[in-house]
Amino acid sequence: MHGPTATADWISWPRVRAFGALAAAGYRRHSTYRQAAVAGATTNVVFGFIKVYVLLAVVAAGGAAVGYDRRQIVTFVWVAQGLLTVVLMWSWTELSERIRSGDVVTDLLRPLPPVVAYLAEDLGRAGQAVLTRFLPPVVVGALVFGLYVPGRWFTVPLFALSVLLATVCSFCCRYLVNATAYWLADARGPIVLWGVGSGVLAGLYFPLRFLPDPVAVALWVATPFPGLMQTPLDVLVERDGPALQCGLVALQAVWAALLLLACDRTQRRAERRLVLQGG
Amino acid sequence: MTIISAAGLRKDFTVRVKAGRLRRERRTVSAVDGVDLAVERGEMLGYIGPNGAGKSTTLKMLTGVLAPTAGEVRVCGLTPVAQRTRLALRIGVVFGQRSQLWWDLPLRESFGLLRHIYRVPSADHAARLRRCRALLELDAFLDTPVRQLSLGQRMRGELTAALLHGPEVLFLDEPTIGLDVVSKQAVRGFLAELGATGDVTLVLTTHDLADIERLCRRLVVVDHGRVVHDGTIEELHGRYGSRRVLVADLDAPLPAGFAVAGATVEAVEADGHRVQLSLDGGVGAGTVVAALAGAAPLRDLSVREPAIEDVVARLYRS
Ligand SMILES: Nc1ncnc2c1ncn2[C@@H]1O[C@H](COP(=O)(O)OP(=O)(O)O)[C@@H](O)[C@H]1O
Ligand SMILES: [Mg+2]
Repeated sequence: MHGPTATADWISWPRVRAFGALAAAGYRRHSTYRQAAVAGATTNVVFGFIKVYVLLAVVAAGGAAVGYDRRQIVTFVWVAQGLLTVVLMWSWTELSERIRSGDVVTDLLRPLPPVVAYLAEDLGRAGQAVLTRFLPPVVVGALVFGLYVPGRWFTVPLFALSVLLATVCSFCCRYLVNATAYWLADARGPIVLWGVGSGVLAGLYFPLRFLPDPVAVALWVATPFPGLMQTPLDVLVERDGPALQCGLVALQAVWAALLLLACDRTQRRAERRLVLQGG
Repeated sequence: MTIISAAGLRKDFTVRVKAGRLRRERRTVSAVDGVDLAVERGEMLGYIGPNGAGKSTTLKMLTGVLAPTAGEVRVCGLTPVAQRTRLALRIGVVFGQRSQLWWDLPLRESFGLLRHIYRVPSADHAARLRRCRALLELDAFLDTPVRQLSLGQRMRGELTAALLHGPEVLFLDEPTIGLDVVSKQAVRGFLAELGATGDVTLVLTTHDLADIERLCRRLVVVDHGRVVHDGTIEELHGRYGSRRVLVADLDAPLPAGFAVAGATVEAVEADGHRVQLSLDGGVGAGTVVAALAGAAPLRDLSVREPAIEDVVARLYRS
């Protein structure tokens, strides 16, 4: 009874075009909020300065640069500030609100699986954020501090792929957290928990390499969190040798696949519940 | 050819109700309680009943977003819940309270997106959009973001969105709810045009009888989840003695002693320039209007439908 909604069944050329059209719509939807983009980019830049000086002070005091030089640390901070809104670690409640209001029923009346539709729009949103939210902090960081210039030819394309995978993983986590609204009367609890936890565990506030090795490795392998932020940043500043650099991105890809599968399963369970109990 | 069929359709909801200070009791509510329905291709069906009668629940089961507790349903030869995505390509749905448009995007872009989502050939899409633009007068707000549209404008957009993929069946759940008089007229006029082509089967739920007069030949009245009448609107009035009221403004006073078969003069006001007649069940307004026009020049006319609550109340008394 759930065959037609399975995400994997859903690949063909017209559908790829539909995916593209939805992504383009996501891009345009977010282009309409110009003032919010300016305010957001400004905030990210201001916090970028604070974080850079704090981290540089910590490194200077303790001397524990954990394998990053000064330029890599600076790059880490400014690119993280730029990626923040591209990957979008928090503040996404669209799905849970639609579940609560019952509007989610109209999603089910479309001939495509909701996970696919929301993913397409989110990738379009991320594309828009690359222009308005990623570039400003990176440009400021480059002008004021000077950024790390990668030495390997494949680092920049690998970084782009890593950011794409990070966005997919983040989307899936946000989707799963929002989907708790199908079962809970109020999804705000899980959403807040995710907002607090993900930033710390993803390496947004400090590089996860500051953690003891076993903890860092456990985080990387057993959770998707480092793949949301730390991995693309480490890839860009070439923190590790080429093998590990590529290996971390492969790990991200595995997590992205697992999370998409989890979203698909969760959505199908939710639909079954919805069609049985009513919205 | 039957395009929609339902037999013994039922939906029970389990609700928790307060029983005493702390205790909560589970109670079963039968929102739809054994509905049988067969709709022919091209038919226009009015599905009416007071609030809470089970109209929306029935529509959700017919469109595949709600699984029946019991009973059989087929729409376009498909089983709605099991074949929901396939069915979605062949039906159009408008829930008056919900939107299928993209809030932040201009109407025009929502329409373009729907073309890709439903994989519609662009020539077909363009032709259908052209027709809707003309009939629903969309051009004035085609480039306005949906969130800035008035409810009436949005509803015209919703109707267009539901039709762009050329659905075989159009399901409308209270499409005129909350609309101003002008928008209501626009929507009703559009649906009448649509029905006249015979290409699409229409199922319209409403609690406002005025929505379906002149629009739907066939009327299914539901109450408490059960079908209490299935037939024409005239039959409904004929059977239960509910009376429509015709109000006419005249340019000259109505001659004293005016009478016409099938209607009763209820009141004469404004020195004979305004007259109210109640129509007997089964009598069309047309014959009465003709007789009236023969007696005095007509300036204005309106027909007031009895409220559905009154009709249903009469239905129980009889
Ligand atoms: N998801 C639900 N859970 C519990 N009760 C419901 C649910 N949906 C509808 N009902 C109940 O079922 C009955 C019929 O509702 P509905 O179909 O919305 O009526 P209508 O559309 O005719 O106004 C109402 O008593 C309503 O409270
Ligand atoms: Mg309703």
